[in-house]
Amino acid sequence: MSDSKPAVTEVNARRLLCPLPVIRTQNAIKKLKENDLLEVTCTDPGAKQDIPAWSRINGHHIEEILEHDGEIIIRVRVGASETK
Amino acid sequence: MSKQIKAVALISGGLDSMLAVKVIQEQGIHVEGINFFTGFCVEGHTHAIRKKHQKKEKRNNALWVAEQLGIKLHIIDVVEEYKDILLNPSHGYGKNMNPCLDCKSFMVTKAREWMEENGFDFIITGEVVGQRPMSQRRDTMPVIAEESGSGELLVRPLSAQTLPETLPEKQGWLDREKLYGFTGRTRKPQMALASQYGFKDYATPAGGCCMLTDEHYSHKLVDMWKNRTNRDYELDDIILLKMGRHFRFSPDFKLIIGREEGENNFMQGYKNQFKTVYSTSHSGPLSIIDGEIENEADFQQTLALIARYTQGKDAAEVTLEIRQPNGNTQAYQIKPMAIDAVKQEWMI
Repeated sequence: MSDSKPAVTEVNARRLLCPLPVIRTQNAIKKLKENDLLEVTCTDPGAKQDIPAWSRINGHHIEEILEHDGEIIIRVRVGASETK
Repeated sequence: MSKQIKAVALISGGLDSMLAVKVIQEQGIHVEGINFFTGFCVEGHTHAIRKKHQKKEKRNNALWVAEQLGIKLHIIDVVEEYKDILLNPSHGYGKNMNPCLDCKSFMVTKAREWMEENGFDFIITGEVVGQRPMSQRRDTMPVIAEESGSGELLVRPLSAQTLPETLPEKQGWLDREKLYGFTGRTRKPQMALASQYGFKDYATPAGGCCMLTDEHYSHKLVDMWKNRTNRDYELDDIILLKMGRHFRFSPDFKLIIGREEGENNFMQGYKNQFKTVYSTSHSGPLSIIDGEIENEADFQQTLALIARYTQGKDAAEVTLEIRQPNGNTQAYQIKPMAIDAVKQEWMI
């Protein structure tokens, strides 16, 4: 049995305005597998609503939202999904 | 066990597509949404940038609608492909720079491709016969079905009873009697249906959700094209058209003056692409100079106008600093332009 931790993939969505951070999140998740972790860094405050909303409806889970120095870091745990 | 029939719905975030999905869900169909980002969407950008909108909830209506309906939403970036639709619309433009018929055909084509790639069975839209002057007319709606290659797989649940029977109806996947026959510009039937479904909160954008239907925005877009050697554009170009006051004294350059703190902050992000101007003696906006100022008179006039928009507008002099994209700066003392010297024709 493997005890390796799930991969963390980083997405740079700084200076992108919504819905582009959501699109970057969505496109990154297409390449990931269930339980992988995605870390999206954005500057558009709208992403705080939009990425969680997109994640909820597409079966992914928000682990954490951090704000630091005008940047927002959103950690998304990839859920099971037929159509990503 | 019978196969689960699946439909992909074009979701704009408005009421009609929301209702269209609900009508189809009620017939036991699995629906997923698709939304296209052209770069000309009204809401996101301006609300995100402008400080005065910060108290307003920053809701993406397409995502919100999908969540209310309990469906997945796939947002597709079509900025590059959309250029050809905007620049060369085979059916021309509407009242402003809106290529609505070509746009809808393009989006339904993309939805058809998505449907085929993902094993879905048909496409639904919230179109209503007679609702819009260009793309939602009895004579143009069949054009969309034909040009998109979707033919009988394109269902308009809100007007279906007034349109020819589609394949999902013929196959018995949909009961035509449970679809609707709405026509015309009135919104009353949609509002009644919304009430029946318990939808109380929904977006009702005037003129749709696209900046290209906006007269002022279209004017700025045409000005940009007129003063360039070609009509090509990048995403940054069309975002910059959404922010600030735009002035043009000559074909060689354009001045963009931020309207408030949020815009000034966002425009800072362009400082390595354009010359930027700010006041060091008084508080005031950030300005962008897009192009090259070729003569001294235009240069002086530009700085005087920028000074006019600072807190020092009544001062004898304002100090402005011009920052080059490479970071070099130079300061200038300038007398602000008098209010009656600001000409209306400079404003784009």
